[in-house]
Amino acid sequence: MKPSDHPDPFKQARTEQGVSEIDDQDDPVQMVLRLKDVRKCAHNWKTYSSEATPGRIVVPSEVNIRDTRQIPFEVDPPKHGAFRELLDPWFKRPLQDEYRDKLREQISALINEVNQRDSIEAIYGFSLLLQSHALTVLMNTPESEAETFISWGTHVFRSEDDPLDAGKAQQLYDYIDQKIDEAEASPSDDLFSTLLAAEVDGARLTREQIKGIIILTFAGGRDTVINMVTNTLAYLADHPESLQRLRDEPEIRTRAIEELIRYFSPLTHMGRVATEDAQVCEHAVKADSRISLCWASANRDETVFENPNEVVLDRKLNPHVAFGFATHNCLGATHARTIMQVLIDELCQQVDHIDFLSADENIEQWGEFARKVGYHKLNLAFHSV
Amino acid sequence: MAKITFITKDEHTIVCEADSGSVMELAVQNGVKGIDGDCGGVCSCATCHVHVAPDSVARVGEAGEIEKDMLELDDEANERSRLCCQLEVSDELDGIVLHVAH
Ligand code: HEM
Ligand code: FES
Repeated sequence: MKPSDHPDPFKQARTEQGVSEIDDQDDPVQMVLRLKDVRKCAHNWKTYSSEATPGRIVVPSEVNIRDTRQIPFEVDPPKHGAFRELLDPWFKRPLQDEYRDKLREQISALINEVNQRDSIEAIYGFSLLLQSHALTVLMNTPESEAETFISWGTHVFRSEDDPLDAGKAQQLYDYIDQKIDEAEASPSDDLFSTLLAAEVDGARLTREQIKGIIILTFAGGRDTVINMVTNTLAYLADHPESLQRLRDEPEIRTRAIEELIRYFSPLTHMGRVATEDAQVCEHAVKADSRISLCWASANRDETVFENPNEVVLDRKLNPHVAFGFATHNCLGATHARTIMQVLIDELCQQVDHIDFLSADENIEQWGEFARKVGYHKLNLAFHSV
Repeated sequence: MAKITFITKDEHTIVCEADSGSVMELAVQNGVKGIDGDCGGVCSCATCHVHVAPDSVARVGEAGEIEKDMLELDDEANERSRLCCQLEVSDELDGIVLHVAH
């Protein structure tokens, strides 16, 4: 085992049962573990709905800490499609050169800075900064807002010791309320103003709907992006030959990014609520009970991926589900992929190698499964070219 | 050099030429509407779905198993569906016609 490895805790349960039940605040969840089953259930929104009580499809359930429905995440088709039609163009902006150039400026400056230091703690000294600054580009707000985002810490809903911290969530709601007020008073071309002016199915969005969209932009892209970036640094520190290969063979970078995202699967799983009695690979699922689509397990499915537990940088066929599948596929995926492209380019250009000094792993516990999703602390030393 | 014709959902015809790379890359470079290629061509996103015109089918050939599994859950899939990131441009493909599925 190398320190940057992410072992697969689901193998036995996936191959032997395909489904595994865990408890969560007396509302148990059957985790669906095989790639084909995960895809089928994700596709079948009529039976496996996202439009349950707000917070219920999240594991651990957030029903006790919020009432605001997150949009488009907790909406089923056909309404879901109308929201995506509105949001997709905004979230595809990362494909524009101007957007990419802004990210490049931010990330290049950050790498230049850590190159000069003897050592850094990568989460607070790199990933959180990168994520927060990049978010201002996604929301088209002034870059100075990043200071506020940074002050919230690594997760906008969860504090270090409490996975469901209602007080912490309140901070975010207050911020969003204030920003909507400001946008109402003096519209700009940021995401808040754009949503205030937008229509879906011929009607303006309500304040509650706007909140539901913005919260998701903060929550969905926070620890996922932070873990993606941190885990990438840890991997490249631990595998200097891979950094060298990416430098020498720029043509494999696109594949390498998909492979790293598959391997890390920053979002472990996401729930659904059954609308009727159903079955997943011969296991009964009762109406109104929860299942979860375990992207992380599906991405190590040995019936689909050769050497699933290895990072194969130039993996050619890689039908991973790290960004979900079908209806609710990740709205932020273009932003996340663009961050990775710029990050890899800039590391190749500016960094000779990174020393892996020490780490404190972040292990999630899901019933019997202990899964490494990233790090609480990661100490690295960057060496410039 | 292979000449490849894309016909979009809104009936625009785009004729492209190339001698290497994937058909998805060719479509993205030429701004073919409905071909996004989000995953860069590793068969993960299904945003490169085309229906091969009946008289081009023989030259394009069949999808592999992983690709078939992806297509199976696409609502627009038919027996002539392919994910065009899995098609390598070659002389073999000269003259084919592809209908964009989305
Ligand atoms: C590496 C980073 C990321 C990963 C691995 C990831 C993963 C996922 C996954 C697996 C889903 C599907 C959830 C489901 O089916 O219920 C999803 C949905 C979503 N993600 Fe991401 N995500 C990432 C980054 C982001 C970012 C940066 C944003 C926005 C700022 C974002 C916003 C969303 C939204 C809004 C949805 C819901 C889409 C819908 O319901 O139509 N994500 N993400
Ligand atoms: S480009 Fe993603 S599957 Fe073809």
